[in-house]
Amino acid sequence: MLDAGPAPLVQVQDLKMHFPIYTGLFRRHTGDVKAVDGVSFQIQAGQTLGLVGESGCGKSTVGRTMLRLYEPTAGRVIIDGDDVASLPPEALRKKRPSMQMVFQDPQASLNPRMTLADIVSEPLHEHTDWTRAQKLERVYELMDQVGLNRRFVNRFPHEFSGGQRQRIGIARALALKPRFIVCDEPIAALDVSIQAQVVNLLEDLQEKLGLTYLFISHDLSMVRHLAQRVAVMYLGRIAELSPSTDLYSRPLHPYAEALLSAVNEPDPELALRRKRIILKGDVPSPANPPKGCNFCTRCPKVMDICKTVKPDLVEVEPGRMVACHLYTAAGSTGASEAPERKNQERNQQGENR
Amino acid sequence: MTDPSVVDVPPQGALARLLRRKLALFGLAIIVLVVAGAVFAPWIAPFDPNDQMFDGLTLEGAPMPPDGKFLMGTDLLGRDLLSRLLYGAQTSLVIGVVANGLALVIGTLVGITAGFFRGWIGGVLMRFTDLMMAFPALLLAICLAAIFRPSLWIVAMVIALVNWVQTARVIYTETSSLATRDFIAAERTLGASTPRILFRHILPHLLPTIIVWGTLGISTTVLLEATLSFLGIGVQPPTPSWGNIIFENQTYFQAAPWLVFIPGAAIILLALAFNLVGDALRDVLDPTQRGRD
Repeated sequence: MLDAGPAPLVQVQDLKMHFPIYTGLFRRHTGDVKAVDGVSFQIQAGQTLGLVGESGCGKSTVGRTMLRLYEPTAGRVIIDGDDVASLPPEALRKKRPSMQMVFQDPQASLNPRMTLADIVSEPLHEHTDWTRAQKLERVYELMDQVGLNRRFVNRFPHEFSGGQRQRIGIARALALKPRFIVCDEPIAALDVSIQAQVVNLLEDLQEKLGLTYLFISHDLSMVRHLAQRVAVMYLGRIAELSPSTDLYSRPLHPYAEALLSAVNEPDPELALRRKRIILKGDVPSPANPPKGCNFCTRCPKVMDICKTVKPDLVEVEPGRMVACHLYTAAGSTGASEAPERKNQERNQQGENR
Repeated sequence: MTDPSVVDVPPQGALARLLRRKLALFGLAIIVLVVAGAVFAPWIAPFDPNDQMFDGLTLEGAPMPPDGKFLMGTDLLGRDLLSRLLYGAQTSLVIGVVANGLALVIGTLVGITAGFFRGWIGGVLMRFTDLMMAFPALLLAICLAAIFRPSLWIVAMVIALVNWVQTARVIYTETSSLATRDFIAAERTLGASTPRILFRHILPHLLPTIIVWGTLGISTTVLLEATLSFLGIGVQPPTPSWGNIIFENQTYFQAAPWLVFIPGAAIILLALAFNLVGDALRDVLDPTQRGRD
């Protein structure tokens, strides 16, 4: 970004995560599932970047690769000055307290055979040499922070509700005072009523502790609420990365446009007038993506160039990055303005009811 | 700070909860009884187990059925069956507990390592396990026993070396599914060391399986020892073991059924006792079962 200001806390540069496919008797390496194929973004300290996209587009893989749960195929992940993607094991271990993760399914991410106290003090066991009493003190402190009753300290995960379990997961992530947290669909497994509580908790914590989030979700309205900037992923690549107000009012990339047209509109009048873009066909296999733009097989505005050349993510308007030939191809202003104007019209219609 | 009275009680000790279960107590009682019988055999056995007594056979030379003098009858050579069972308990316990336990440890270590690391380590370990599985266990045991001179401890080792494969296979499968669970990923984002993940986070989840295989293994190993003894490469006669008492006498099954029934019942009872205790232990160690006993 061209924003003048402090260096971003998190910088991801051309991150690639390819999972090899082995076939046949001799396990020959015959191809790769390109789950993440050249993703770059930055997050300023204290901000939230939303990462949205449909199932299987690689958004969770981005989060997990950033924390080195997978060994990245290529690229750099610079968090607070260190390239996490290439740190040697011991240095990585020392780095871990500053970057943590909240998982999607709190039922699965908590060891069912450990009590809350044990689960939340695991990180303390790994990175401090505190006494039992000190750890317990910190556990209580964390429980207060995430809004869990201190009474529950000796309970097992199955004795909690989904929302409470997610609070335990958040408490565990906070235990070592991280600066950066990957929230991997932290609300997808929760009831709608609980979702709001957890999101509010995450917001409060961000404010109090100055946390930086990568918020991965397929819930577009939740991301709009939480994130300052949003990246839309499709088939392992970022299609558009824009400030969330701009993205939601006027998506530039045809995929972002289609995706956002699926968001429910609470106002029935607006909902009637709204144009729902329904994409045809299926997402291509990430093991065999199209030669050109990944979206070219389904794009309603596809051009010839889209089928041969992969578009780069470039800044087309201040602060807005789009990977689409509509905005860059041949510098033809006509081609790039036409769809924009249409979008604008649509949104204006929406706004003057 | 925190008033302890408002905190939910921490889980009660596993042992205390185990002892509150009637079936577990019953199983424990049998185990204690058998162990006591084996340890104190020299003092409580009514006769020398290897003494071929003159009055231990009928006039026709058939074994004596149970009566006032020989409480469980005598065997084909006129030896007191009760005394032989008591001494045989020593052998059978060593086989059923030590050999079987060793097999369990080997199987668990191989399975957990292969399942967690996958890749070439897992490949090599599991192909070796498959090889051991495909190879007839008895034949392997015969070879091993023939190389070393037969003795109780060698037999125990041989049994351990052929019996770990099933455990390894089962533990491998479970570990590899556990290793991909999110709570293990969570541990890794905390920077937990591999041994800690393996033994503090994965092993407790394998306990139920290990307990089941351990208790099943007791009867199979005791009988495998009997087979080896029968083939002359196990515990050498006249040393008694529950298995070889059955094998020595099986041809007289119809004429002298007690010679097979009584040691057979002893094996079943011991296996059952371990089973009951193991089962209770599994429930007690499983926090999701808390409050259901």
